[in-house]
Amino acid sequence: MADLPTPPRSDVAAATTGAGGDPSQHQEFDTVKARTQAQTVLRRFLRHRLAMISASVLLLIVLVAVFLPLFWPHQYGNTDAAGYLPPGTDHPLGTDQLGRDMVAQLLRGTQLSLLIAFVVAIGATAIGVTLGALAGYLKGFTDGLVMRLADLMLIIPQIAVAAILVKSAQGSWWVVAVVLAVFFWMQIARITRGETLSLSEREFIEAARASGATTSRVIFRHLVPNMIGSITVNATLVIAQAVLVEAALSFLGLGVQAPDTSLGLIINETYAQLSTRPWLFFAPFVTIVLISLTINFIGDGLRDAFDPRQTKVRA
Amino acid sequence: MIRYAIRRLLISIPVLIVGTLAVYLMVALSGDPLGELRSQPGVTEETIQNAAASLGLDKPVLVRYWDWLMGFFQGDWGFSVALGQARADVFTVVTDAFWTTFRLVLGAEILAIVLGMAIGVLAAVRQYSIFDYIATSAAFLMFSMPIFCVAIVLKTYGIQFNNFLVDIGLDRWLTTAGPPEGGFSGSLGEIIARYTGTFILPTLSIMLISFAAYSRFQRSSMLETLNSDYVRTARAKGLSSSRVIFRHAYRNALIPVTTLFALNFGSIFAGAIVTETVFGWKGMGDLLVRSVRQYDPDMLMGWLMIVAVLVVVFNLIADLVYGFLDPRIRIG
Repeated sequence: MADLPTPPRSDVAAATTGAGGDPSQHQEFDTVKARTQAQTVLRRFLRHRLAMISASVLLLIVLVAVFLPLFWPHQYGNTDAAGYLPPGTDHPLGTDQLGRDMVAQLLRGTQLSLLIAFVVAIGATAIGVTLGALAGYLKGFTDGLVMRLADLMLIIPQIAVAAILVKSAQGSWWVVAVVLAVFFWMQIARITRGETLSLSEREFIEAARASGATTSRVIFRHLVPNMIGSITVNATLVIAQAVLVEAALSFLGLGVQAPDTSLGLIINETYAQLSTRPWLFFAPFVTIVLISLTINFIGDGLRDAFDPRQTKVRA
Repeated sequence: MIRYAIRRLLISIPVLIVGTLAVYLMVALSGDPLGELRSQPGVTEETIQNAAASLGLDKPVLVRYWDWLMGFFQGDWGFSVALGQARADVFTVVTDAFWTTFRLVLGAEILAIVLGMAIGVLAAVRQYSIFDYIATSAAFLMFSMPIFCVAIVLKTYGIQFNNFLVDIGLDRWLTTAGPPEGGFSGSLGEIIARYTGTFILPTLSIMLISFAAYSRFQRSSMLETLNSDYVRTARAKGLSSSRVIFRHAYRNALIPVTTLFALNFGSIFAGAIVTETVFGWKGMGDLLVRSVRQYDPDMLMGWLMIVAVLVVVFNLIADLVYGFLDPRIRIG
């Protein structure tokens, strides 16, 4: 996937010319320093304008969701005020049917949606990378088993599992996160397996094995560092998808349950008011879109930054 | 290739069996379909026992699963064990729901892929033009949007549009509560009006989201072929640019998108659930949610078999088509 406003650039020039031909970058012609891969990637990412803007917006959302509730006069879930108060000085976004302050609800919803999405990304990536690398490295029976397991997860309806587990666990957020993680690892496992299959043929893996490295050492010290690019990019994209799927589950009433709240649940409670009190619907809606849009852009920037054969074409 | 297809289908049979067993146990053990009956006042233990016996609920779960599996192999899809619709024939219910969703999804997907391909190709040919930026921004925006919000917005403003039509003395046009029972009737004009009014909003909401993915995918695969050596050769030979674009680049750029379409098609049946909920369609999504809520594993098995077989078959088709379109990919 390609990015939006960054003009074409080539990798050879990436170290010397900034995106958009910023003249202040030309001084780098004088000094030549060796850079580690991480430094190169970071530099490329920092020059990706859209990704940097997105990263700042997302950071702002995270900071507001984490710190504003500490100072906000209203608590989420608190039904002290009258129902459906219009936006005013005390309640900038009004109150909902039960008299809960919408800003407080929105902050809590954003917190939980982000928390769930990050936990899902970490969990799914951990499962996917481990299983995918095992399948690609050990081949044979393990490979077949992991791939059949992935097929199995594709046909089991996620909604059925979510409905059952969430109901029995009264909708605590980590159950939702676990259910989602268990359904999100297959894509990462496929990619990891593919890369492992081609990397295992290389000499440095053979050398590691010949010097007596255990399977886990080969995987986590030799294979994973060499695939860190695609792993990171995919983990980022999982966050964006998880935000949307969590919202959909909560909207159907199969995700986070009241008295706690998430962005999807707020929309479930307020969407009937769209024509009369549109702010109740659009506030959580815009928040979801902002989160998922910025994460998609960050993923795009990361993909460009990690791709060493970066050319005009980006697949 | 036929051997490969047969082997793939055979491998998926044990996966399917494990999948059905897992889902059956999960749903059957999560709750009691007779719970509502038990909580009603004045219901004797005998009534409950009879109800349980007539639905086969007095047997252990594993035996019930085994009975279902054996029945299924003989072409019997079983019956519902939920109270409201006890003994409803699973096959009839599931195929009805399937056709409802199929009518909706097929149109939306075809529109999405045609539109997505056209816009993706144009955006690639005019890379970094204003059109490309607009198409890319729109696709990213749709990509990041929860489908149910799109559906809700369309539904709410659709109702307002209906009210507007009534205000200026016309009939309501848009339907926001699913297709009418028993099909469409009336004069040809009425049928067309009702048909479009029923389909347009849910189709739009499914289409907008799918279209975003297709156009992104088509754009990047088109860019890849446009920058390849054989396209440069074709240009160097002096061929006209439309001939290069359509005869040389476009044909090869179609391969990944075709695969994506086939891969998507099965999962979209499961994915239409939110749109169906918002617009009140009694399709596969509604059936899934209902059978889970009513602890009806037998009904869910019917749903699962259709969706799972679709996923398996369309994944296979995707691989076969890929091998057929791109002879460099060897299958076997």
